[in-house]
Amino acid sequence: MIQTFAFYLFAVLMIASAVMVITARNPVHSVLWLILAFFNAAGLMVLVGAEFIAMLLVIVYVGAVAVLFLFVVMMLDIDVAAMRAGFMKNFPLGIAIALILLAELVLGIGAYQAGAIDLGTAAASDAPAMVESNTAAIGALLYSKYIFLFEIAGIILLVAMIGAIVLTHRPSKSKRGQQDIGKQVRRNPDEATVMKQPEVGKGVEL
Amino acid sequence: MIGIEHYVVVSTLLFVLGVLGIFLNRKNIIIILMAIELILLAVNINMVAFSAFLGDLVGQVFAMFILTVAAAEAAIGLAILMIYFRGRGTIAVDDANQMKG
Repeated sequence: MIQTFAFYLFAVLMIASAVMVITARNPVHSVLWLILAFFNAAGLMVLVGAEFIAMLLVIVYVGAVAVLFLFVVMMLDIDVAAMRAGFMKNFPLGIAIALILLAELVLGIGAYQAGAIDLGTAAASDAPAMVESNTAAIGALLYSKYIFLFEIAGIILLVAMIGAIVLTHRPSKSKRGQQDIGKQVRRNPDEATVMKQPEVGKGVEL
Repeated sequence: MIGIEHYVVVSTLLFVLGVLGIFLNRKNIIIILMAIELILLAVNINMVAFSAFLGDLVGQVFAMFILTVAAAEAAIGLAILMIYFRGRGTIAVDDANQMKG
């Protein structure tokens, strides 16, 4: 009973906040509704016992991606009225395409419900099901069988990080404090240092 | 009782809303990026729901990779948006024709 209630609460709140994300006038409000949608999706995932992904969703999406969106929205000077200009013009086409897509997906779900397709059972997987905690089970799977995929995920994040820095980095205009790596590497001791033998009581002239 | 069908229906609705968001906000690329995040969230809910109801953890492992790709996509997309805004002073994407594509 409580599960049913919680499911409908999370589902309705998530769909409603998704509607608000795409219709809100102010992009900042959109980001805040997006955060609410992510929280409710995390709730839905907790309900089926996937705590690890749910917490990852909260940490990665709410903690990183949504804050990044908020940062960019507030940094850019956006003319909200001009952005909304095509909203009503695009409305019929958008609704038509969305309805066609929805009809197709409902058709697909209906076909699945009718039992025409045998999806088979998941007995083939050698992964331990839910005997231990969800996080421990995922960890055991991730660090053994899927270790290379895990490392590729790390490389994807590294490439994204370097890409974002390279794209947005702007060398500063001032000459002071600029590092010229080529010049540093080309330096050799012969032209960089001189030996001097100053006489007693006299300074060194360079 | 809540079954797999409920989850599939919810993620279908979320996916369709994401696609609708792309069409409704043709001018505002920030909302388009958020709509893409909604679509990826719908895919993730599907993955996790099927993984839980079939008792196979691999779906949750793959949901994690979708999460990784979504985070990378958002970072690169917003970086491109930043340099676009810096060059033109606007983020209206319908007059983006520099590459004559």
